[in-house]
Amino acid sequence: MKPWRQPGFWLPLLLVLVGGGVALVLRKDTLREMMFTLLMYVALASSLNILMGYTGYVNFGHIVFFGLGGYTGFYLISQHGWHLIPAALAGGLASALLAALLGLAVLRLRGAYFALATIGINEAARAFVNNFGPFGGPTGLFVNFAVYREYGGAPQALWLTYTLMVLTTLIVVGLSYWIKNSRFGLGLLAIREDEDAAMVMGVRAPTAKTLAYVVSAFFPGIIGTLFFFKNGNVEPGDAFRLQMSIEVLVMIMLGGNGTILGPVLGAAAYERLRGYLLTSPLFKSLHLAFAGLALLLIVLFIPAGLIGWLRRRFPFLRRWLE
Amino acid sequence: MILQVEQVSKRFGGLQALQDVSFTLPEGQILGLIGPNGAGKTTMFNVISGVYPPESGRVIFRGEDITARPPYEIARRGIARTHQVVRPLNELTVRQNVMVGACFGRERLSYTAAARIADEVLGRVGLAERADQLAGSLNVAQKKRLELARALASRPYLLLLDEVLAGLNPAEVASMLDLLRQIRDEGVTILMIEHVMQAVMNVSDYVIVLDYGKKIAEGTPREVANDPRVIEAYLGDPKLAAGLLEGREEG
Ligand SMILES: Nc1ncnc2c1ncn2[C@@H]1O[C@H](COP(=O)(O)OP(=O)(O)O)[C@@H](O)[C@H]1O
Ligand SMILES: [Mg+2]
Repeated sequence: MKPWRQPGFWLPLLLVLVGGGVALVLRKDTLREMMFTLLMYVALASSLNILMGYTGYVNFGHIVFFGLGGYTGFYLISQHGWHLIPAALAGGLASALLAALLGLAVLRLRGAYFALATIGINEAARAFVNNFGPFGGPTGLFVNFAVYREYGGAPQALWLTYTLMVLTTLIVVGLSYWIKNSRFGLGLLAIREDEDAAMVMGVRAPTAKTLAYVVSAFFPGIIGTLFFFKNGNVEPGDAFRLQMSIEVLVMIMLGGNGTILGPVLGAAAYERLRGYLLTSPLFKSLHLAFAGLALLLIVLFIPAGLIGWLRRRFPFLRRWLE
Repeated sequence: MILQVEQVSKRFGGLQALQDVSFTLPEGQILGLIGPNGAGKTTMFNVISGVYPPESGRVIFRGEDITARPPYEIARRGIARTHQVVRPLNELTVRQNVMVGACFGRERLSYTAAARIADEVLGRVGLAERADQLAGSLNVAQKKRLELARALASRPYLLLLDEVLAGLNPAEVASMLDLLRQIRDEGVTILMIEHVMQAVMNVSDYVIVLDYGKKIAEGTPREVANDPRVIEAYLGDPKLAAGLLEGREEG
């Protein structure tokens, strides 16, 4: 199976590349800002999908890795003068390390117990950062304008950040495909379907799901660093928003849990819709209620999400819609 | 001896599901494990495959103590099993189900090699045309064959079969028994729990009988069928007793 000959592989990548590339070609700031947010959600959803969609562990704390990894990367840039690229990688590694440690403890829990524990982790992380001096406590951290000199000015720095966001998204989506069609991914899917039966067949479930958690946590660390660098500051309220975790979860469910294209389309669709709702005064304060309602409707009526539904309805599209 | 079970006891709350059970399996044979409902047969499989740790006793597989090791360690050493109540990975295809066995069993094949072996094994159990279907869409008889295919794909030394004949019609039973003999002749040792008495008496080289968690008899099918303790154990269950007697006539 050569992946590049499978439409299911290149279709999602092509979507990301074209969607992300237009802003690079046109060089329009507003388009770049819009696409940055959109790609950020695509990448967050795709990375959460590795744990939630493939392994079957519902995680309400995905944003912890965005927050803590982002804080780590931003701290290295603003306090130690690191360049964005190594700082973002360090942010990813910090998140991955945290996931490895947490995984040993919380991945023993199953089903609702795991999901509840992940909410606890989010709140604990926020409380920790609020009281952690080096990260600036409740006020957070800022970058000094002089930092941009290294990149040839603020606009250049922003374009670089955006380019890295496009790249990161491409890597997450490509990796999603690769994992799903690998031995490792097969073990994860088996765990999702029946963890005990999978272990009887030889799947080393504790190791496999910890690894899934680590991979899934690595990318939000990078994304968080890019996001906070773009904003120029980070504070606890922005870094650990439980509602963001929930929205990413809704995106996956909307597009199709466990599929590759699903999180891409789900994130894009939800993000556009939310953009619309946020500008309408009626929904401005209600958009989380909307997320909850959307989740309810999806779970009740299209539990397989858009892609899952299309695959079932039109089997000849399966090669395209993975 | 490929497997030695020594003085294994397992209790569930107040229920002694297994009590000091010992037996050994010589390599390359088909062994029947029989006994009335609730005798502890499935529990024995769960202890051997690492699903439950026993309270006491040991399980030795190919000279190594595997008692209470995690199930995936035991699977990798070459023990594969089927479940009495089938456990298909519903949202995966039939082929993917079998590939799990091949990828994570004794040979730990690569993804592509596993896909090849899966198709081969599916052909053997008669599920080849179903390979791309979701496992959840199979009927119960097909799911039983899928259980067997997954176990076979892992290329085990020892195969534990928990009532794979239940629910099959006589023709299907006959073809399944042929397949089991064939597998044995390839050198795989088989321990099978069975309720279809003629079948187990017919195909087994040796039979072990459990009742209320204790081993009450063992021997060749003929010896066991003539054992007064075995007949007594089955008297509570007239249908099985009749089956046992039929088995004796044939054996
Ligand atoms: N997980 C369990 N928890 C409690 N009791 C169990 C469990 N598994 C089996 N048992 C009990 O142990 C006894 C033996 O069961 P089992 O081994 O399934 O019998 P068999 O397979 O011979 O019909 C039965 O009384 C059953 O109810
Ligand atoms: Mg049983």
